[in-house]
Amino acid sequence: MGSAILTMRNISKNFPGVKALDQVDFTLRAGEIHALMGENGAGKSTLIKVLTGVEELETGEIRVEGIPHPIVNRSPQEAQANGISTVYQEVNLCLNLSVAENIFIGREPRKLGAIHWKEINRRAKTVMENLNIHIDVTKALENYSVAIQQMVAIARAVDISAKVLILDEPTSSLDEQEVQKLFRVMNQLKERGIGIIFVTHFLEQMYEISDRVTVLRNGGLVGEYEVESLPRVQLVAKMMGKEFDDLASIKNESSSQKNHSGEEPVVSARGLGHAGTIKPFDLDIYQGEVIGLTGLLGSGRSELARAIYGADKADCGVLHVKGKKVQIHAPIDAMKAGMGFLPENRKEEGVIADLSVRENIIIALQAKRGMFRLLTQREQEKITDEYIKMLQIKTAGRETPVKQLSGGNQQKVILGRWLLTHPDFLILDEPTRGIDVGTKTEIQKLVLKLAGEGMAIMFISSEIEEMLRTVSRMGVLRDGAKVGELEEIQLTQTEVMAAIAGGGNGE
Amino acid sequence: MNKINAYWQKLRKQPLFLPILCLCLVLLFNVIKTPAFFNISIQNGVFYGYIIDIINRSSELVIMAVGMTLVAASSGGADISVGAVSAVAGGMCIFALGSDSVYHIPYLAGFLLAMLTGIACGAWNGFLVAKMKIQPMVATLILFTAGRGIAQLLTEGQILYVRVESYKRLGAFLPGVPLPTPVFVAAIVVILTTLMLRYTALGLYIEAVGINRRAGRLVGLNSSLIIFLTYTFCGLCSGIAGMIITSRVYSIDANNAGLNMELDAILAVALGGNSLGGGKFSLAGSVIGAITIQALTTSLYAMKVTADQLPIYKAIVVVIIVSLQSPELKKMLTGLRNRLALRERVA
Amino acid sequence: MMIQKLKNKITGNSFLLMITILLFAAMYIAGVFIFADKNFGKMQVFLNLFISNAGLIVAAVGMTMVLITGGIDISIGSVIGMTCMLLAWMMEKKSIGAVPAIAIVLLVGIVFGFAQGFLVAYLKIQPFIVTLAGMFFARGMTAIISSEMISIQNPTFLAMANAKLYLPFGGAVNKKGVMIYPYIYPSVIIALIVLAILFVVLKYTKLGRAIYAVGGNEQSALLMGLNVRRTKMKVYVINGFLAALAGFVFALNSCGGFVEQARGFEMEAIASAVIGGTLLTGGVGNVIGSLFGVLIKGTIETFITFQGTLSSWWTRIVIASLLCFFIVLQSIFAAIKLRRAK
Repeated sequence: MGSAILTMRNISKNFPGVKALDQVDFTLRAGEIHALMGENGAGKSTLIKVLTGVEELETGEIRVEGIPHPIVNRSPQEAQANGISTVYQEVNLCLNLSVAENIFIGREPRKLGAIHWKEINRRAKTVMENLNIHIDVTKALENYSVAIQQMVAIARAVDISAKVLILDEPTSSLDEQEVQKLFRVMNQLKERGIGIIFVTHFLEQMYEISDRVTVLRNGGLVGEYEVESLPRVQLVAKMMGKEFDDLASIKNESSSQKNHSGEEPVVSARGLGHAGTIKPFDLDIYQGEVIGLTGLLGSGRSELARAIYGADKADCGVLHVKGKKVQIHAPIDAMKAGMGFLPENRKEEGVIADLSVRENIIIALQAKRGMFRLLTQREQEKITDEYIKMLQIKTAGRETPVKQLSGGNQQKVILGRWLLTHPDFLILDEPTRGIDVGTKTEIQKLVLKLAGEGMAIMFISSEIEEMLRTVSRMGVLRDGAKVGELEEIQLTQTEVMAAIAGGGNGE
Repeated sequence: MNKINAYWQKLRKQPLFLPILCLCLVLLFNVIKTPAFFNISIQNGVFYGYIIDIINRSSELVIMAVGMTLVAASSGGADISVGAVSAVAGGMCIFALGSDSVYHIPYLAGFLLAMLTGIACGAWNGFLVAKMKIQPMVATLILFTAGRGIAQLLTEGQILYVRVESYKRLGAFLPGVPLPTPVFVAAIVVILTTLMLRYTALGLYIEAVGINRRAGRLVGLNSSLIIFLTYTFCGLCSGIAGMIITSRVYSIDANNAGLNMELDAILAVALGGNSLGGGKFSLAGSVIGAITIQALTTSLYAMKVTADQLPIYKAIVVVIIVSLQSPELKKMLTGLRNRLALRERVA
Repeated sequence: MMIQKLKNKITGNSFLLMITILLFAAMYIAGVFIFADKNFGKMQVFLNLFISNAGLIVAAVGMTMVLITGGIDISIGSVIGMTCMLLAWMMEKKSIGAVPAIAIVLLVGIVFGFAQGFLVAYLKIQPFIVTLAGMFFARGMTAIISSEMISIQNPTFLAMANAKLYLPFGGAVNKKGVMIYPYIYPSVIIALIVLAILFVVLKYTKLGRAIYAVGGNEQSALLMGLNVRRTKMKVYVINGFLAALAGFVFALNSCGGFVEQARGFEMEAIASAVIGGTLLTGGVGNVIGSLFGVLIKGTIETFITFQGTLSSWWTRIVIASLLCFFIVLQSIFAAIKLRRAK
């Protein structure tokens, strides 16, 4: 293994109210594939952004082999000039241009002042062939699969500066074969002495390709490990943290395991799936239970929920609600069948930012009632006041635009929106993300209370501790498929982590 | 002093503050220029005066601005075909009524035909925008180009005149009513639209879809349908405006009926403090915006600015408004201020 | 597999261009047969397409470039009107020589484009709104210069306008037995030079490729190290210049200025570009296609003139139908591509 080509020391970064990175160290050697892992909010992307100049470096030091002094990158271009290139998850190329041009734009070889197309095409062909990819480089990029597009992005990055290559979640939109192709390319580059930082949330892939792994959690460094000597369960524990104890459960311990046999499920899915995001799955959910979905980020836990609700229309399988078969073409169908859905991404899919608290609360009920049965102003105000009080939403008034509320209170508004429709089945996708501890506990309590009143609830969270407190059964997902279920008795930290990690005992 | 300041701050936060301020400025300017500006007299049993004239002449624009407001709110784009559609609708009506001393079909039927034409044109635009997912300005470009051609097809390339006196009533006066009819028509459109927005959930739906289409979908809204409806409604508004326009001149001139109205309508929406990017909207703002434009036009005419020089002033107003709305300008000014402050400190 | 290949081919961007060229060829050949008695097939008829549309070619070429960046410029009709008026006014009312007058109007075009470019590129205001204001401004300015029509009498200018350049081939013997060669005017030469220069700029310069990249994906272009703002700025400045140049070419044909001149010209330019395969969403387009777009429009007009009984507004309807056809076609292709990407 080569010498260190990139060292980052004591990197810290603060965002308003959040410590995004706290004294993080990171070392990359020449000719290694170094995975960077961590759950949401761990600080992976902030670290990459600081390194590539997208975010300003606050404190700490970045050194690159061959440059005697510490470097500061103010833009991705400067990082590139210092030998650090990034390939992002969404391909950042121009699909309307040819493969060759995408590799060379901005630095086109010229002859007599004009762009030398022959030279571009010839060199591009060589660059791609060096990666063992034989395609027509003169065709527009949009004619090729995402995998090829990714390879082109890599080819461009490597051709510009061939020292450090950052691959940010490169595999999330690739299928198995394409992933293997990418891995072959990565191994070739590794042999050429390039250091690759591989940001991923897929455990299997990390184990398959990486030499070492650095784990971050909550902005802090957990540690740097040789992949071969790190069992899966330990890795998961390191990523998720283990400073919790099962006794802290606020769940009523006396509620013994319910036996659902013979009872009709509220929601029953058979073979439901959505191509590319979640493989067909079966799931039954009963009245008054809280079912959790667990798995790492990108394992398909949100996608499963979205397929049930019709947020992404399922393309196979059948869904029964209370014994009746339902066809869900759009969310409104799911709502009419008695479902509610709090989406993972509050800002983009949850709140309607410019509308008031009142409008945000009543909108789902109003959509369900239809255009012509408008709730009167007085009804709306009464409902809003009631929910502001019940959920203890901190707002200046019911007419305040919801965007002026804090994250936690926005989330309560959306919760209120769905409670108002009195759903039989409520899906909560990361309801506690990015909100303060107090509100988190409130939401967990509310979930248990609602279940006690007979509502079926699906609870998705990346914090296992929180899940253990609230759920009575857990579906486990891995790599876009539902791989099992854990009953209440099995719900301990170790069991859950082992299930998430999968792959035997991980040695 | 503090109290006044606080009061001023509160006033400034009112949503319609800027539009009303603009209108007041224009009116103030007029009063200084023409002291008799607010005078209203009665001649031949009807009211006369600058104010009456402004409100009367702004009617078509008010009606179109109402439709344009909803289109902008739901889709974040503009319908640039409103002027052409008004010509098609007006042309269709006069084509059906005929140019003889009696109508070929009852007036009401002609009127309905014009409305249907407007609705059909709007539905076509709506289909392209909502279903085919074509950018609004591009989609409406088609009717913008074809509209006047179709109108000319109906009028066979000539100016068609109406020969029945009562046709003038819509654009002038009803017997025994001292106020011009277009004012009533515009008022009816505004009131009916307001009622529709207040007593159905459409207003809420439009805003929700315009602000966050994805969130709107997840709470069960059918965004395509809502956008389609706003375009259709905009077509209807253009149809009504077209009827008034043709009634005013007692004829249809396919080349000039409603010419440049689309620009004024977009301007009215922006002047009313509405974002052209979709979302929250204020119908009242657009109405005030439309009246402001007409007041500006009237006062410029009074200053001997000719009709064809008028656009230059409108252009200046547009540039000022959109520049002030641009966040980039704010960033630039803040940057400049910081740099100046830094220089001062260094010095 | 075959079908997939075919689909790839059909949704390829050159396919739109091919449709356009085929359409033009088909229309022209049909014209030759339908109007055989009126000598539609004569060389001069073909050249007249260029002569009467020289200004449109210049404008459409500029428009194509703007559309490729994903922008739009609807001010060019007014700018052309203003240019004609300004030229006429300077030469006739202020006795400025033809050459300095032409230089001044071209400069005015550049300044105009600069102002619009600043608002679009640096203040990030929607191009449609900016150029809408530009359209108002230029039209109003035309009226302020003079609300009366001014005819150009300047001898230098008229000499430029009326210089017939005969081609050395393709002649025909007329009724009197004299050999008559087909001719063009200098305006055609200007239009073709502009076309050639823009073709080279778009294909063989960094600016040209940056224009495509910005139109394809602004965010990516930025990340790949291109200066998006400056690229857009340059495009609007060049287009301002081209609009003024189109105005000059237009004046060579019309030899005068009046307030309503060239109204709606921007729509003809946009329609020509779209018919020629330029995507209104940006990133794809080709000046050669736009030339054929212009020729198709010219052919329709010639048809209507030759036919004799149809009114001129049929041109408008046919153009709009073609525009509609191509816009819908583009949108369908985009949908297919999107589905395939998934």
